[in-house]
Amino acid sequence: MGLLKSYRLRLERRRWRARAFRKRRELTELRNRTQQIGKRDVLLFCTLRNERVRLPYFLSYYRGLGVDHFFFVDNGSDDGTGEYLADQMDVSVFQTEEGYKRARFGVDWMNWLQMRYAHGHWSLTVDVDEFFVYPFCDTRPIQALTDWLDASSVRSFGTMLLDMYPKGTIETATYREGDDPFAVAPWFDSGNYTIQKNPKYGNLWIQGGPRARAFFYDNAERAPAMNKIPLVKWNRAYAYVSSTHMLLPRGLNLVYDEWGGEKTSGCLLHAKFLDVFKEKSVEELKRNQHFANSHEYKAYNQGLSESPDLWCQWSEKYINWRQLEILGLMSKGNWA
Amino acid sequence: MSVGFIMLVHEALDRAAQVARHFCDHAKPVVIHVDKRVDDASFNWLRQKLADCPDAVFCDRHACEWGSWSIVNATQTASTIMLDRFPQVRHVMLASGSCLPLRPVKELERYLTARPRTDFIESVTTDEVDWTVGGLSQERFTLRFPFSWKKQRRLFDANVRLQRALKYERTILDGLVPHLGSQWWCLTRHTLSAILQDPRRPEFDAYFSRVWIPDESYFQTLARLYSSQIESRSLTLSKFDFQGKPHVFYDDHLQLLRRSDCFMARKIWPQAEGLFRAFLTQSDRMPNVVEPNPLKIDRLFSRATERRTRGRSGLYMQGRYPNDGWENGKTAGRYSVFEGFDDLFENFDSWLERRTGNRVHRHLFAKDRVQFAGDVPVYNGGLSDSAALRDYSPHSFVTNLTWNTRGEHQCFMFGPHDAQDISAILASDRNAHISVITGAWAIPLFHSNQNFADLRKEAARLQRIEGAHLDLLRTGLTKARVSIWSLAEFIEDPMEKLQMILDELGGSGQRRLTEVPRMADLSGFGQFLQNLKNQGMSPHLMGDFPVIEGETRNDDQHRPYLVK
Repeated sequence: MGLLKSYRLRLERRRWRARAFRKRRELTELRNRTQQIGKRDVLLFCTLRNERVRLPYFLSYYRGLGVDHFFFVDNGSDDGTGEYLADQMDVSVFQTEEGYKRARFGVDWMNWLQMRYAHGHWSLTVDVDEFFVYPFCDTRPIQALTDWLDASSVRSFGTMLLDMYPKGTIETATYREGDDPFAVAPWFDSGNYTIQKNPKYGNLWIQGGPRARAFFYDNAERAPAMNKIPLVKWNRAYAYVSSTHMLLPRGLNLVYDEWGGEKTSGCLLHAKFLDVFKEKSVEELKRNQHFANSHEYKAYNQGLSESPDLWCQWSEKYINWRQLEILGLMSKGNWA
Repeated sequence: MSVGFIMLVHEALDRAAQVARHFCDHAKPVVIHVDKRVDDASFNWLRQKLADCPDAVFCDRHACEWGSWSIVNATQTASTIMLDRFPQVRHVMLASGSCLPLRPVKELERYLTARPRTDFIESVTTDEVDWTVGGLSQERFTLRFPFSWKKQRRLFDANVRLQRALKYERTILDGLVPHLGSQWWCLTRHTLSAILQDPRRPEFDAYFSRVWIPDESYFQTLARLYSSQIESRSLTLSKFDFQGKPHVFYDDHLQLLRRSDCFMARKIWPQAEGLFRAFLTQSDRMPNVVEPNPLKIDRLFSRATERRTRGRSGLYMQGRYPNDGWENGKTAGRYSVFEGFDDLFENFDSWLERRTGNRVHRHLFAKDRVQFAGDVPVYNGGLSDSAALRDYSPHSFVTNLTWNTRGEHQCFMFGPHDAQDISAILASDRNAHISVITGAWAIPLFHSNQNFADLRKEAARLQRIEGAHLDLLRTGLTKARVSIWSLAEFIEDPMEKLQMILDELGGSGQRRLTEVPRMADLSGFGQFLQNLKNQGMSPHLMGDFPVIEGETRNDDQHRPYLVK
């Protein structure tokens, strides 16, 4: 990489950080419990809106993995999300009514909170419908992973977003508070992902899965990105660029091996396609606050109003991380 | 007659306390060295914790940096105390704060008592080791290392390169043969005291204090001078990964560790509560005298290293995206591409599927949609039949197809009508076996009912596309196995060629061809080609066809192109 390019990326990173710093004013504290945070705690960051029904399972899942403290940005919920979160003893909640889109889909808010609170911590940034799966996650807490990454001098951990869907139309996947979403939506596509390298930031750009298959049949390049780097040993100088798809400095995006080997990696199980999603996609379309002029939501809504069934004969039913490892959707790398 | 333990501790003091207490409870002395960089509060906590253990002794503290002399120094200090304070000790075992005894202390004692003069220390000459970090083995003893490998890697590397370039070498001390090995040993009082009381020790110490990672060579080299019986292996199970960093054990390794019958293991993850509980509280069973057998664990870890360094062939995912040429297999398995066969033979695909049992697709790269076997809209792994999705990344399409069908052999048809972007990828893939009948695309044209001017144009277009494709296959860079016949060549003896293809596909044990596909009717084809020529086009990929039929084949008049 040339000096000039490197310098430009440095400027860009500073710009994102300055922007995040400016956007801090948009956040008001609803409950700040950050004094509780211990030196080695693993932190989780999440932006959400009207997701009350998903929260109990979400929190219990990540507590089970060993996340020590949660940060939420509540972007104008009116279903009691903020209040519910404020009552949780390991949660700090920030509120804003400002535009999600203008905060670059929440990235600015996340960058600010991380700059302020996550320096020196392992920090997991996920959406409320994303469930982190890593090798041995059924027997080893997340601290086992982060300790090992520390010992291996690895600063960031790559995953792929894996869309999970029900068998039958989305309306049939009834989700009730507290349920495991993958009990009703346990299916996924195992082998239809395309990968390219992004020359600017050095990250991989992965697309595919059931969304590409069903909604982007004729328009492959617009299919959503599935590459995510949610777990990072945060430093206040870092910044997410676009969702958690990539970060700066760009070395953090090198979560893949280029010499034939496999780096340890995981998946984010995406519990999107549940009955609660349908109402949501109508609402989100109205708000027009999503990526690429909500192109995705338009496509879904079109698809969903015809009630598509994402399930096909070749869908795989989720069992555990070992299954994903065998299918090549994640890797143990040299962690044994 | 007894065994004593030296523990080098720098983190997870609570676990160290637990293990030290375990030894004391079994009346075994422990000398503990705590890294000077551990703060005093923690150190005092540990002291307090072991205050009621008379046989747990703390020695002077040194600041220990990885790979530096201070670790050897700490070991020497602790060893001296051990030998002085506990005269009943016969074997001294060196352990770290993240070691965990896997077998009852009694078994270890019994094992050592049966081998009273044996020193267990991995000690290998530098020529024999292949595991050294940074590839430095002999050079550890002959170069100088003023920079930290962990903190000043660039300076470290530059310094090594410089000394190599200058051919700088320290002289190895007289009488020493450099040996390397695991730093976790178990030495007899005889050997250990001989090392510590050697009159040349100041000289040795001065020399080794400048050697890189002396904790892996000091005792390993000097033990060779005094030991009467060296068992060159460590009683401590400790495995290193490809970065030279120890593998860590977690709760889910419990059964594996139990069955290994090793005496001691490191590193244990400090929060692996299950392991500490299981191994520190096991009741004394009937002493078991089996030898340690870490084979299964070795295998587990070498598989992990293999996965990290070589990976699974043909896999592309968020953790593996090899640079061109580093894939060790661009695709996950062998597959066959047939070009022109379905133009020459009727229902070639279903015939091939019946004959070989392989999965045979029609034109996977057809421009309108992917023609999977059985004409399904979605195939293995969720591959879509959308041409747009396929053409978005033809490379991913092929790698996905072969990865999703690992263990099966895929076959598909290809031709100049198809999307051509895949050509270069097929040609560069060792797993591809490409059989081409050139010019066979003219047969459907010959049978079609189009205007001749259009036919001519189309023929020229197809010939141009196939020509470019063949040029690609014929370059020196092609790694695929390629067989090319012209149409004329192929129909001279189609049986033999089909047999050859089947033999390659099906391996050995194939019976002779009995059922063959029906060949397209070619009567008049020579004239057709001649007409193209007369119109100004030059159809050359088909080979030479006689214009007048029947001169050579009049005995086959009734079924001229049915292959027997």
